[in-house]
Parts: sequence; C-alpha cells; structure tokens
Amino acid sequence: MADEVVSQIKKGHIHKLLSMGRRMDGRSADEYRSITVEAGIIGSAQGSARVRIGNTDVVVGVKMDVGSPFPDTPDRGVLTTNAELIPMASPTFEPGPPDQNAIELSRVVDRGIRESEMIDLQKLCIVEGEEVWINFLDIYVLDYDGNLFDACFYGAVAALRNTIVPAEKHEKGDDYPMPLRHYPIQTTAVKIENSILFDPALDEEMVADARLTVTTDENGDLRAMQKGLAGALTLDEVNEIIDTSLRLSKGLREIIG
Amino acid sequence: MSEIVDDIKFIDEEGKRIDGRRVDEMRPLKIEAGVLKRADGSAYLEWGDNKVMAAVYGPRECHPRHMQNPSRAIIQCRYNMMSFSVSDRKRPGPDRRSIEISKIISEALENVVFTENFPRTSIDVYIEVLQANAGTRVAGLTAASVALADAGIPMRDLVPAVAVGKADGHIILDLNGKEDNFGSADLPIAMIPRTGEVLLMQMDGHMTMEELDLALSYAKKACQEIYDIQRDALHRRYASQAGTEDDNDDDDDLPDEEA
Repeated sequence: MADEVVSQIKKGHIHKLLSMGRRMDGRSADEYRSITVEAGIIGSAQGSARVRIGNTDVVVGVKMDVGSPFPDTPDRGVLTTNAELIPMASPTFEPGPPDQNAIELSRVVDRGIRESEMIDLQKLCIVEGEEVWINFLDIYVLDYDGNLFDACFYGAVAALRNTIVPAEKHEKGDDYPMPLRHYPIQTTAVKIENSILFDPALDEEMVADARLTVTTDENGDLRAMQKGLAGALTLDEVNEIIDTSLRLSKGLREIIG
Repeated sequence: MSEIVDDIKFIDEEGKRIDGRRVDEMRPLKIEAGVLKRADGSAYLEWGDNKVMAAVYGPRECHPRHMQNPSRAIIQCRYNMMSFSVSDRKRPGPDRRSIEISKIISEALENVVFTENFPRTSIDVYIEVLQANAGTRVAGLTAASVALADAGIPMRDLVPAVAVGKADGHIILDLNGKEDNFGSADLPIAMIPRTGEVLLMQMDGHMTMEELDLALSYAKKACQEIYDIQRDALHRRYASQAGTEDDNDDDDDLPDEEA
C-alpha cells in the first residue's frame, strides 16, 4: 500500500481543499462512502461476505475444520486470519507471500475480532484438549481504493454473522450458527496536516500523516486500536477520533447487518 | 469414492442429467465487463456455480526485466483459487496445478493479442476463482478475454472456452462438479468460432474416436454460444459508458479549479 504514488499537484490540491474544510469527493470529515454488504455469496464457504466501500471491494470467506487446540487454550476454538493483497486489486500489488502491509491488515482485523470476543471460542470446543473447531478467516482484496482496514473488518464481521458450523459434515451433530457474543465495529481515520478524516479514500490515504483504527463493541467499550504511519497524533486528536468512532458505530452496525 | 460410481446415474431415461440439462446443454452463463476500478480491464463471470473474477493490467513495464521481449509484449497470467472456493479449504498461494493452468491460459491469450504492438512490455492477467464447481480454467479464460477487451487491448478476437466430458458412458457438455468428480473423461477446449482455431485443449480420461468427434461438435456449438455472451457483455459495458459520461471514468480525480 505504501508503494502507491500521488503527484505533487494532487497532494497540493488535497491540502488546499482541506484548508477550506473540504474533501476531494465532497464528503464531510466523518462521512463514510457508500457501503454495500452482500452476505452469504460463496456457497463453498461456511460464511462469506463481499463488502464495498466506495470503489474498494473485498471478499471474505470463513472455512471451518476440526483440529487440535493450542496447548494454552485447550477448551477454545482457534481463529486464523489471513489477508491477501492480490495483484488484481491494484497496479502496485505483486504476487507472492503476504508483505508487511498485508500482514498488518490481517492482524488488525484479527485483533478486532479476537479482542472484542465476537466469537464465543469456548463454544467451539468439541473435546477439551483434543478437538476444537478451527476458523479460517480468509480475506481477498479485489479492488483497492482506500481504507482496506474497515472494508476487510466489515467483511469479516458480516461473514462471521452468517457462518454455519458444519457439524454434520464432520459427524459432530447438527449444524448450528456460529456462536457469537459481541458485535464489534471498527472505524479508521487519517490525519492530514490538521484535519481528521474518516474512511480515507485512496488519494487521502496516500498523503496521510497518521492513521488510527478504533474498534468498539455494542456496549460502547473500546476493544482494539492501531495507530499507523509516521505522523503524530495529540491525545486530544485520539479522543476526538474515539468519540467520533463511537458515534459512527451505531449507523455502521445497521448497514453491516 | 470410486466404489460408489456405479450407483450414480448421470443420465436418466429421458436423457436428462442430474441437474436437468440435456447432454449438449451448457449451465447458465453470465458475464459482466468493467467491474473493478483500479484494473485497466476486468470481467466478472458466473457460470453455473462457478464465480470468477478476471482483471488486466497493461501493457506496462515488464517485471522481472529479464523476461522482456524486444519485439513484442508478453502475457503473464496468474490463475488462483481462493482458499474458500472449494469444499476443503485450499492453502492460499500457487500450486503446481494453478501454475500449469496459468501457463496454458497465457499461451491461449497470446495468440489473439497483437503483442507485436507493445514491445518490451507485459500484459498481466489475473484470474481469481471465488467459487469453484468444475470448469474453472475455461471459465477463467472466457472471463480473461473479456477483461482484455475491456482494457482496450487490441485483439484479433475473443476466446470462448468450454469443457466437454464423459459420464455414465455419455458425452456431456460443460460438466458440473458432481459429473466432473465421477466422470471418466474431461476435455477443456478454447475455440474461436470465426476461424475454428483451437487455442487451448487438454484431455484426460478415455474417449473413442467417435466420442471425440461428438465432443468436439458440442464444444464448437457451445463456443459460439459463449462468444455471443462475451460480445453482449462488452456491448453492455460500452452502452453504459456512453450513457453516463463520468460514471466509469478512471481519471476523475481533479476538479477544475486546480489550475
């Protein structure tokens, strides 16, 4: 993602508009682009979703299998998250194993899901210490136009919310819906000079100084955060971003379904 | 699995297949061109239970450099199945099967693109299988050639492709997943209807010469049908572009006032 280039002219233009309180596409600072969610689109997956935020387009699938628990959590299912920045999605993405951008992306999504305790992993234990459900959460970016963090997170949440545990196929009784405990929502904002902008489009992301991703749950509690890029945020700015994130999360939860 | 093969009847008394199709009938095919913003050209295809996305970048600088050809462009295709596209999760990343498929698809496309117009460049074709149900390589090639045309790359023609196979002793067109698993032959083929040229062909299993003739006649008819659907997808793409001027314009970044 860091390899995208933006011309000086465009950079200057973005700064100039921001100094007048405007964004390139006419949105207000805390306004998301239009979000669409199609859940359950992949029949071969246990759960799936395709999410678009503006032109950004991602597809997420959940595959489940029976396996061994980690020794330190013998009574819990396992969550494995993987994100691929496939070369289809951008002229700067290259084939090959996940680079550091893809790894940060998948770890941020994983942390939001895991730390919010969205999945009731204890209910995914079959025989303590021996057999548990393994969840593979696989994310593919199809089209990259900024804010992959949120697009991938919404895709993961929507996919998990329509996941069916394939118990019958593994002779573990009847199929049942994925046991869920919480409904986390994540937002991402960037700082460009002195402006804080939510849901950065690609051009904005390219000139951003700092980025902050915030995950909260349905009770309004904080569950995960990730600051990125070299620029600094003041504590006031951090608080402002968290407050706005909480305010936006209700509407986002309705859209994601 | 092989011991239950005999128990499945792939063709019933009325000559219908397990999904109700005739032996020479294709699964429903839908193609949409120009579905991604960043790619120079793209196409999304649903063919029975297959879901495939294709994207094209280029002609652009060739990486790795030593693969540059001073007299023409090279076509580099990457065919990939998403981990959740099949019933047991596939480990992400290329395997030997997908590398072979990428190679033969590149070669088929190289035939139709005017590569001599773009020396030293690479035209990169990316095929992602979102959901797989037999015949993904022909679905990928069919989508890729629409994506190339959508990218505005000069081509001699589109490349329609289909698989013909054999199950229950019958030659059948466009096998579905079940038929493919238990079938006794598989023949994926790409053929340009206008010229009758074959650009991709593989075969495994067992067929008599008579069966091969029948299979090829099914394939020929199907390729014409697929070709019409490919053309229609491009027509709709250009009609929608003509209708809404700013809608699909990729260079929409700067409002006027920047000068």
